[in-house]
Amino acid sequence: MASVSMTVNGREVSGDVEGRMLLSSFLRDDLRLTGTHVGCDTSQCGACVVHVNGEAVKACTMFAVEADGAEVATIEGEANADGSLSVIQQAFQDHHGLQCGFCTSGMVMSAAALLKENPKPSETEVREYLEGNICRCTGYHNIVKAIMAASGQDVAAIAAE
Amino acid sequence: MYAFDIERPSTIADAVAALQGEDAQALGGGQTLIPTLKQRLAAPSKLVSLSGIGEMQGVCVGDDGAVCIGGATTHATVSREAAAHYPGLAALASHIGDPAVRNRGTIGGSLANNDPAACYPAAALASGATIVTNNREIAADDYFQGMFSTALDEGEVITEVRFPVPQAANYQKFLQPASRFALVGVFVAKYADGVRVAVTGASENGVFRWAEAEAALSANFAASALDGLTVDADGMIGDLHGSGTYRAHLVGVNTKRAVEAAS
Amino acid sequence: MPKDSGIGASPKRREDLRFLTGAGKYTDDINIHGQTYVHFLRADVAHATINSIDTSAAATMPGVVHIFTGADFEAVGGIPCGWQITDRFGEPMQEPRHPVIAHGTIRHVGEIVAAVVGESLEQARDAAEAIVLDLTEKPAVVDMKAAAADGSTKVHDDLTSNICYDWGFVEENRDAVDQAIKDAAHVTTLELVNNRLVANPMEPRVAVGEYSRSDDMHTLHTTSQNPHVIRLLMGAFVLGIPEHKLRVVAPDVGGGFGTKIFHYAEEAFCTFAAKAVNRPVKWTSTRSEAFMSDAHGRDHVTKIELAMDADNNFTAVRTETYANMGAYLSTFASSVPTWLHGTLMAGNYKTPLIYVNVKAMFTNTVPVDAYRGAGRPEATFQLERVIDKAARERGVDPIALRRQNFVTEFPYATPVAVEYDTGDYEATMAKLEEIADIGGFATRRAESEAKGKLRGLGVNCYIEACGIAPSNLVGQLGARAGLYDAATVRVNATGSISVMVGAHSHGQGHETSFPQVISEMIGIPEDQIDIVHGDTSKIPFGMGTYGSRSLAVCGSAMVRAAEKVINKAKKIAAHLLEASDADIELKDGQFSVAGTDKSVAWGDVTLAAYVPHNYPLEDIEPGLEETAFYDPANFTYPAGAYACEVEVDPDTGKVTIERFSAADDFGNVINPMIVSGQVHGGIAQGVGQALLENCAYDEDGQLISASYMDYAMPRADDLPFYTVDHSCQTPCTHNPLGVKGCGEAGAIGSPPSVVNAVVDALQSGGKNVTHIDMPLTPSRVWDAMNNA
Repeated sequence: MASVSMTVNGREVSGDVEGRMLLSSFLRDDLRLTGTHVGCDTSQCGACVVHVNGEAVKACTMFAVEADGAEVATIEGEANADGSLSVIQQAFQDHHGLQCGFCTSGMVMSAAALLKENPKPSETEVREYLEGNICRCTGYHNIVKAIMAASGQDVAAIAAE
Repeated sequence: MYAFDIERPSTIADAVAALQGEDAQALGGGQTLIPTLKQRLAAPSKLVSLSGIGEMQGVCVGDDGAVCIGGATTHATVSREAAAHYPGLAALASHIGDPAVRNRGTIGGSLANNDPAACYPAAALASGATIVTNNREIAADDYFQGMFSTALDEGEVITEVRFPVPQAANYQKFLQPASRFALVGVFVAKYADGVRVAVTGASENGVFRWAEAEAALSANFAASALDGLTVDADGMIGDLHGSGTYRAHLVGVNTKRAVEAAS
Repeated sequence: MPKDSGIGASPKRREDLRFLTGAGKYTDDINIHGQTYVHFLRADVAHATINSIDTSAAATMPGVVHIFTGADFEAVGGIPCGWQITDRFGEPMQEPRHPVIAHGTIRHVGEIVAAVVGESLEQARDAAEAIVLDLTEKPAVVDMKAAAADGSTKVHDDLTSNICYDWGFVEENRDAVDQAIKDAAHVTTLELVNNRLVANPMEPRVAVGEYSRSDDMHTLHTTSQNPHVIRLLMGAFVLGIPEHKLRVVAPDVGGGFGTKIFHYAEEAFCTFAAKAVNRPVKWTSTRSEAFMSDAHGRDHVTKIELAMDADNNFTAVRTETYANMGAYLSTFASSVPTWLHGTLMAGNYKTPLIYVNVKAMFTNTVPVDAYRGAGRPEATFQLERVIDKAARERGVDPIALRRQNFVTEFPYATPVAVEYDTGDYEATMAKLEEIADIGGFATRRAESEAKGKLRGLGVNCYIEACGIAPSNLVGQLGARAGLYDAATVRVNATGSISVMVGAHSHGQGHETSFPQVISEMIGIPEDQIDIVHGDTSKIPFGMGTYGSRSLAVCGSAMVRAAEKVINKAKKIAAHLLEASDADIELKDGQFSVAGTDKSVAWGDVTLAAYVPHNYPLEDIEPGLEETAFYDPANFTYPAGAYACEVEVDPDTGKVTIERFSAADDFGNVINPMIVSGQVHGGIAQGVGQALLENCAYDEDGQLISASYMDYAMPRADDLPFYTVDHSCQTPCTHNPLGVKGCGEAGAIGSPPSVVNAVVDALQSGGKNVTHIDMPLTPSRVWDAMNNA
């Protein structure tokens, strides 16, 4: 067992973990932050995407001990301080960018990372950035639209309902 | 996963020492190793994480003009920091896996694993790169020894990779539609003393150089120089995603496209 | 001016708030004090005799609570099949026992051989590796046609052959169809494969079993589309638990697409084991496990013949299909290639004679059952592909050929036993031509050709049948369940409403759309109305969500219950207003006496119902809560026309979807935003089937595409923005909302247009390619081009 401590959504947390404990398990099982989902075991679906030190990573493909000392951000910390939805979250609701909600956490966290890097992405750039986030419900139409809308672009002109 | 301990050394020396233990294994970004561990296809007693070693991080340019990349440098960092020095290499790095994978996966991890469909082996081989380890320097031509097989010894760590910068280069990757690894990837690099062409994804023996194309392109660096050249489908990987014949065909297509994009 | 509430409005989804903030409650988020974890030891061979299972070493390993094998389940029932098919000779289908844990024989890779319950998952898995199996391998039965041959190895030794049933429909038409094909001026024949798929909802399945000794109560938390169906099947047929002692909870469920309809062995196991070990037992599927334990979809091998007269009028259709059942019959497996497939073979066309033959085959593969569309995509694909081929052979425009043969008068009784109540196929085709800008295709093709690409346009129509019903008919056809649904409308004292529904929402947005209907009926704000679903202890006995039935069937039940509530409320209002209840009108949440200015608010009436001080107690009971069960009179028949434009890279065979347009007729639409979203998702799955997805076995019965490394899921960069339209609306004539269902249309309607488009592109490039089997991967397209 190793002891780890990290900041998760601005809160100091610590715990004793086995070497093999994944960051996703630490978040879900130890911290009970169950918004981070696990949808595959080959590091492809992206339902588990969180930010570690500001960068999007797959929490199912990183050990908890590797996040020792890091700043971790999860979906539970994405809303505004007053509890209202962030711009990205609000755009996902406004544009029906989610259905079953299972991939949504990872989608929102990936979208946040994208817009930090590229504040006005083109449709192609959004689609390519989402290569590691699989959604089975939406056909991506409204996800791409929501992310472009969150970036301040006029999506009515880009894609119909 | 089976149980194991993880050590996080901060120097190469400590990492090498930690790797001396029986069944110890280096952990780069873990983007291939962790899924392998989940399937219980590997049973290390100890993982030695290389991600905390500062001297293995980052991109710089050596006195000889070569781009030097620390073995624990992520694909995302390479795509940003190598762009000004070796754009063909940076472009390759920017299309490995997906953004989250690129933020963890490392060049050293990729080269040590030598997946037959990985991208970096093509760049290293086509660039005539030097694989620098904790105790020696290995020429790319000597380093790759077949699918998942390299010249690395047990416990040896890739600390740096040095890429001579070509006059022109391009990497063309045709995606395997499920894994998004290369079904066939071709890296073409044009140097003053000749052109090198390395192919990944296609061969049952892992990354290889296409000698006939190199000769033709060294004489005339134009896609048309490749007309009539084909690689033999024997020895090419055939699977659900394409026959050996198809892969051999794609080697030709991708090589032409790489030359056109590089010219 | 678009409405902002009620029917036809698109209010934002209320469930999004929890999903967007990580506050959703999925089954894997449930952890119960004292819970144990099960690891299933699954077969890694397709077919074998189990000589012995030695668990002695494993049982002593750290953390092991108990190890179960097939012997522990001998006394319980097998996993039941919900639909008995009668074959064309009048005999019932062959129905093998489907054990919870393999006993004596392994019949597919992934079948459960033993189950280790441990203190932790890793400990259970460690112990599973110490279980010693003594197996004698047998040849695997994989190819369906080989499986049908005399002398083939049998998947089930106790059955007479590998043929589950040989079904003919309509058997009485067989000779007439044969004759019509013989007499036809032209017959187009097409042999094709409808590829096996894995549904792949992003949430893998999870089951948590609990048992309470104090009240002998079993609870199963599970990722299900229909908790009451699971309770009935598992309680009555497998474990023998009376329904009042069994609660099934399906909380937030991360997508279903059919594969979460069925009752699975893992659910029965966790429920059984929780009592046996007297602790909660949790199973969370990995994605790798899902590939070999979730029921697969499709997997038909078909020959279709389309006969035409000299004027290109369709005169007959004959099809012969081998349909893969896998190793066992999953819950609704037998109904998919028969009643959900054969009845749709008329499509949108007035073909007078149709004969459908289906041979359902047992193979050493994972069971195959309903996946989004279930039978209807298989019917649509073969029909719309053969029509396209026929148009090419006859040198006529494929749209014109379809138009010429459209059903134009309704109701229309097809020669395959169903009656389309309403529709307007010309309208959706005309709408498609507009939104797809078919007139501009030639220009776009020229632009593609200038870039060295081949461009193709593919069009198809589809019809589907939703809200499968009525129960008395499907009972005659072999269904072992009713196909009604139920809703309870509970009005609270202060006027807010809870609606308990049998339907289950796992992405469809019922929590938002169902209140729109109630709000429209009563005139109170939607936020005063909540939908309760997914817990058998809270909801009436409804059949759940599949087959695009939620709104058409359960929504209709909700309307009926709300009508009862309103009728009773009017009586209360009449009493309060001292008027006759026949004169009471309800509008915008106000009851008024017709022709007067006397009125009373909804909330005052509901309060009176629960505080009945001034109340007609002699005439009606206090309270305001009503339940209705609704059993539809017929299917609903959504229909539409789809168009796909592709570019093909002639150097590599890679296909790119450039444009995709869908014109659907769903009847009345409650929430257009949600309906569009359903179509988008269906299209992506249909394009996935057409271009990417392929569940493949090798000849030894090993699953080759066993993870996302080899099973290609559609990603954002595989797909374009879609153009969808549902303004053509011919309301359903037999349900109170006039709705038809929209959940499956996209997946049904899209594969043929993609393949039609690729064939069109290749033909435009001078390649004589008439068909390529799905998925149209680059290598398959390239092979086809180079062999043409």
